[in-house]
Amino acid sequence: MSTMKRPIQVMQVLAVATVTLGIMAGVPAYAQKDVPEIRFDSIPNALQLPAGLYLGEVGGVATNSRGDIFVYTRTGHPTVTIGTARPFAHGGWRLLQFDRNGVFVREIGKNSYGFMFASQVRVDPNDNIWVVDQMTNMVIKFDPQGRVAMLLGRKAESVPVPARPPAAGDGSGQPTDLFDRPTDVAWDAAGDIFVADGLGNARIAKFDKDGKFVKSWGKKGTAPGEFANVRSIAVDAQGNVYAADGGNKRIQVFDNNGSFKTAFANVGNAQALCLTKGPNPVLYASNSNPPDDIDRDGEIYKMRLDGTMAGKFGRAGKLPKEFGTVNAIDCRIENTLYVGEIGNLRVQKLVLH
Amino acid sequence: MKRILTSSVALAVLAAGPALAQRKATIENVPDIPYSSVPNLLKLPSGEYLGESVAVATNSKGHIFVYHRSANTRLFEFDQAGNFLKEIGSGYYGFEFAHSVRVDKDDNIWTVDEGTNMITKFSPDGKVLMVLGRRPPAVLGVQVAPAGPNVPAQKYILCRPTDVGWDPQGNIFVSDGYCNNRVVKYDKNGRFLAQSGSEKAGSALGEFNLPHGLQVDGQGNVWVADRSNFRYQVLDNNLKPIREITNLGVGWTVCISSGPHQYAFLSNSNPNGNLPGSWAITGEIYKTELDGTVLGKFGHPGKLAPGFQVVHMMDCRNPNEIITGEIESWRVQKLMLQPIAAKAKSEASAAR
Repeated sequence: MSTMKRPIQVMQVLAVATVTLGIMAGVPAYAQKDVPEIRFDSIPNALQLPAGLYLGEVGGVATNSRGDIFVYTRTGHPTVTIGTARPFAHGGWRLLQFDRNGVFVREIGKNSYGFMFASQVRVDPNDNIWVVDQMTNMVIKFDPQGRVAMLLGRKAESVPVPARPPAAGDGSGQPTDLFDRPTDVAWDAAGDIFVADGLGNARIAKFDKDGKFVKSWGKKGTAPGEFANVRSIAVDAQGNVYAADGGNKRIQVFDNNGSFKTAFANVGNAQALCLTKGPNPVLYASNSNPPDDIDRDGEIYKMRLDGTMAGKFGRAGKLPKEFGTVNAIDCRIENTLYVGEIGNLRVQKLVLH
Repeated sequence: MKRILTSSVALAVLAAGPALAQRKATIENVPDIPYSSVPNLLKLPSGEYLGESVAVATNSKGHIFVYHRSANTRLFEFDQAGNFLKEIGSGYYGFEFAHSVRVDKDDNIWTVDEGTNMITKFSPDGKVLMVLGRRPPAVLGVQVAPAGPNVPAQKYILCRPTDVGWDPQGNIFVSDGYCNNRVVKYDKNGRFLAQSGSEKAGSALGEFNLPHGLQVDGQGNVWVADRSNFRYQVLDNNLKPIREITNLGVGWTVCISSGPHQYAFLSNSNPNGNLPGSWAITGEIYKTELDGTVLGKFGHPGKLAPGFQVVHMMDCRNPNEIITGEIESWRVQKLMLQPIAAKAKSEASAAR
């Protein structure tokens, strides 16, 4: 929905909120109404699912250098096994590979111990496939052949029944290399690993390329360097770290060691980020609608790395060219995007004009 | 001590209420519609079983869809003769605990799942086209039955929804459900338009207490089986109540036939949990005109066909061939209805 169509009251509230956040973050607030609309199309049947295979909520979508498409999806049923000393949970997500034409190739990691609740999938410059699971609290690196190459974090041995109250952690950022509902992973040019951690914790954890824990920064809060949550992460060629702090309606930018540089407060509820490669990179950021409402938000912004807007496209909804809580964007090709949606159980292939 | 006793009694009564949802219909002198049940209707592949067969529907080709509670909830498709064709949605995220399946005018298959709180529109060949509602995220852990009042109803989140229907324009109507107590109208693209009722149960017109089944007639009026209020309500297309039907027993489920002259079928299903004598006063299905005129009734409880053991849903695309799905007998029956006049005639001839 464009801001032009919003009821006046909502516009005013948004304007006030944006200004407030801008002041809080100490950065200028850009006027969203000045952002040009980007024309785009959704390519039908981007993925051809074989009979009997269904996508669930799409946590992640990513492509490798050959154009193969990886989809990390909440399908099946996480199962709690009873009748033992403690209740144990298993299963619940699947990692699917399609070729560049959308033809199903294979499933990777079937019945893995680390698969319970999809959060994200990303492919690194060497075509390794990394998945982030926010229920097993693990980040799993598969090599291009689909073998487990490295593991970060550890799955809890059993699950509490009944569930602990939400936000049991205070999000202060635990000092260890274990995660609490991580959401995303990214790498700098040296191969250092950055994990968005995430929805339970509110921090970014940095590891070297061999998985040695280096440091982490951030905690729950609204000040610069603090997060409501860290929903997505991207690293540019200079090693700067872009973190989607959706609950604070901003993207924060840090240098390679976690020093706060700036924040963009004109992007709404930033949930999914993607940063293109090449000499003139752009950052895509989704103002994802909440899963319980398709009558607000939903547009995706295309911006330059200084935070200025190149344009925006889409809105929340259930039709093609509409979005249901976008959780993942792949932008290996700048104007050919794959978008993964939680609300509509699908991946759309978009061509921007 | 006395106070404790009183409250125990009150609790017992409360607990018995939903489980023993039975009421004798007060309508009298309804003619019986003679019928027969097609024996062994569905032919399952060896090793396959139906579970609680809570949901059944047909498409325009007469294919029969059964959405049932097996070890996992599953959706089976059979041909017109009852031969197994295929399974749809095996392992699908929106299947956990079946409640309803309906087929729209374009032969899309819609499942209503009260375990995932999701309604899914499948294309005729079984591809997911649209979903309504959202499954509670597993990452939040195992939730025990919530105590306390229901959370306020939201536009796009359902709470144990029970049924789905469409008006001729394609607008979508949902009965929602066991924990909300409302009927919701969405446009054909899934955008919220209106609701009647709320998260709270109520008994006034336009309020509901377990809206358990729903269908929409050709005029766009919405028929709701308002189960724990022991009635049906008919709402207009904007969900304003038009009238209630209170003399046909419990109000378990509703079906509207297709074609230019539509009929309503309304089931006074026997309860889950029967007292001695329950079978004598429940279990019949009524056939009515859309203006509410009751034309006849058929069926009775029983463990053995053609008896019913808790009819949960009916298909009545052809008003003379009623397909029923039963909870407790894990069974689907096809009932061939015969004209009332013929029965009267044959009785007369037998008497002679």
